[in-house]
Amino acid sequence: MDAQAREDDMVELRPGARFQSTVCATEVIVVKGTGPAELTCGGAPMAAAGSTERSGEPSAGASEGTLLGKRYGDQDETIEVLCTKAGPGSLALGDLPLAVKVTKPLPASD
Amino acid sequence: MNVMMLLEMAATAMGDRVAVGSLDGGLTGDGLIGDAAALAGRLRASEAEHLVLCDEPGAVLPVSLFGAAWAGVPYVPINYRLADDDLRRLANRAAPALAVVDPSGAERLAGVDGLEIVERDALRDDPAGGAQPADLGDWPMDPDAAAVLLYTSGTSGPPKTALLRHRHLVSYVFGTVEFASAGPEEAHIMAVPPYHIASVAAQLSQVYSGRRIVPLPKFDPDSWIDLVLAQGVTHAMLVPTMLARIVDALDRRRQSLETVRFVSYGGGKSHRAVVERALELFPAAGFSHAYGLTETSSTVCVMGPDDHRRWAASDDPDERARLSSAGRPLPGVEISVRCGDGTEAEAGTAGEIWVRGEQVAGEYAESGSTLDDDGWFRTRDSGHTDDAGYLWVHGRNDDIIIRGGENMSPGEIEDALLTHPAVVDAAAFGVPSREWGEEVAVCVITRSPAPTVDELRELVRTRLRSSRVPARVEFVDELPYNDTGKLLRRELKQRFASDSPGG
Repeated sequence: MDAQAREDDMVELRPGARFQSTVCATEVIVVKGTGPAELTCGGAPMAAAGSTERSGEPSAGASEGTLLGKRYGDQDETIEVLCTKAGPGSLALGDLPLAVKVTKPLPASD
Repeated sequence: MNVMMLLEMAATAMGDRVAVGSLDGGLTGDGLIGDAAALAGRLRASEAEHLVLCDEPGAVLPVSLFGAAWAGVPYVPINYRLADDDLRRLANRAAPALAVVDPSGAERLAGVDGLEIVERDALRDDPAGGAQPADLGDWPMDPDAAAVLLYTSGTSGPPKTALLRHRHLVSYVFGTVEFASAGPEEAHIMAVPPYHIASVAAQLSQVYSGRRIVPLPKFDPDSWIDLVLAQGVTHAMLVPTMLARIVDALDRRRQSLETVRFVSYGGGKSHRAVVERALELFPAAGFSHAYGLTETSSTVCVMGPDDHRRWAASDDPDERARLSSAGRPLPGVEISVRCGDGTEAEAGTAGEIWVRGEQVAGEYAESGSTLDDDGWFRTRDSGHTDDAGYLWVHGRNDDIIIRGGENMSPGEIEDALLTHPAVVDAAAFGVPSREWGEEVAVCVITRSPAPTVDELRELVRTRLRSSRVPARVEFVDELPYNDTGKLLRRELKQRFASDSPGG
C-alpha cells in the first residue's frame, strides 16, 4: 500500500470515538488513544460507526474474530479499544494484530 | 455514545439473566431492554422533554433510566421525601415531562403544568402506554447529549442541577467495570435513594457487569439485613450512616452476614470504629471506600479491599490511619490538592481538591461548565494526600474553620476525637470569637464512661496542635445528617453561633 492510500485509511482516535468494521459486524469504542491511526478489522480499514455499509468478508489472515466487551490493545499500550459488537474479523493496528488485554482487576467502586 | 450501549451489550451476552428483582419473576436483561424500548416509544409519542422519576428503589428505576436514554431525554430522579411544594416546583422545572411515580406521588404531583403522570404499576403492566415501542439500536448516539439531571443537595449554598452527559457516564463504567464480570449467582442490594448519583452509577455498573439488582424500597437496617439473607446478596453499596446503622443492628441481632463478598461505602464521612467493626461482621467481604461527587459521575477515588485488609492489620499508626482515607484515584482520573494561591499542596498539607478525567462533568444546567481551561473541576472539598498518594477528604470548604487566619479542617479534628474509644460521633465547626474571628467548637456523642472535656482537649492537643483544641465542647445525643448521610456542620454552626460567649 502506498503512503497516500495508507493516509486515506487512517481514522482519528479519541476516547469515546466509535468505529465499525467494513467487512463484519464488529464495532469498537476507543478507551485510550488520540490521533490518526491505521485501525483495521478483518483486514480492511475501519470506518466511523454508522457511516458505511458492510460488504465482503474478513481476509483469511484476520478472521479470528472479536469478543463482546473485551478490551484490545497494542503491545506498546498506545491504544485501547473496547468491543461493543462482536464479529468474525479480528482487529489490527497497521500490520500488528491487537490482542485481548489481560486487565488487572479494576478497583470496583460500586 | 449512549448508556443504552451498556444495556445492549449486557442483553446480547446475558439476556436471560435476571437484571433486577428476585430470581423467580424478576426482570431479565431481555425483559429490561423490552420495557425500555416500550417506554422510549411512549416518550417519543409524547411531548416530554424529560423523564421525572419520583419513586423508591425498584425495577422501575433501570426501566426509566434506560428508556429515557433510548428516547434521548434526560432522566431526572427527584427526592420523594421533599415537602409537596418543593416536589411540585422541581417537577415543574422539568416540564414538559413524563413523571413516573409511586401511588402517593400521583396525588402529590397532580395538576402540575406540563406533567404527564404514570404510576409505576401501570408502567410495569403496560410500559408503552399504547405507543409503538422504539426499534433496537435507534437511540441517539451523540456523546454530548444530556443523560441525567440531578438536583444536588446543596449542603453548602443553594441547590443546583448537576448535568451529566452520556459520555461521562459511559466513561465511568468503562473505566471501573469489567464487562460481564459478575458470576450468575451475584446480587447487589440497591438501597441508596434514586436521586443520589450512587444510584445511577450502581444501576449502570450492575447491568454492565451482569449482576442482579435487588432493590430495597425503604431503608431500615433490619429490612436490609433480612433482604440480604433472603436473596443471598453478595454485593452492597452504602452511605456511611446506613453502614453504621447496619453494624449496630447486626450487633443487636448477634448476627454476621456470610454471603456478602463486597461492601462499598462512601458519600459522606465514615468512622473508623464502624469500619473496623464492619470488617468483623462481614467476614467474607472485601470493603471499598469510595470518594466522589455528583459532578464527577460518582467515584473518583477508591480504597479497595486489599488496602482495607493491609491497613487494618498494620501496627504502624500512620498506615492504620489510611483506613480513614479515600484511597487513590481511579485509572484515568487525576487528583490535585491545591493551596489558596493555586499551587500544588505538598503531601500532608491541606488544600482544595481538584479532579480531572473523562467521567468528570463539572457542569450545571443553570450555569454551564465550571471546568477550567485544562479540564479541572474544583470540588470545593478540602483534603490532603500522603506520600503514597492516598487522599483524605476533610469536608466542604465552607465548613473550614478559620481561627486567627489559620485554616483548619473539621474532619481532622473529628478524626482526632474519634480515636477516643468512648467517642461515638463528633462534629467540629467554627463559632464566632472576638479574639480569633472563629474558634473551634465540637459536638460529641459519647458512650459511658464518658470522657471529660479536658481529656478530649488534651487528645486534640497531642494528636494535632494547640490551635486545634476546641474552645467549646458540647455533649449531645445526636448530630444533624441529611438523608444521604452528609453531616450538616452548617446547622450546628448556626445553632451555636448565637449563644457563643465570644459572638
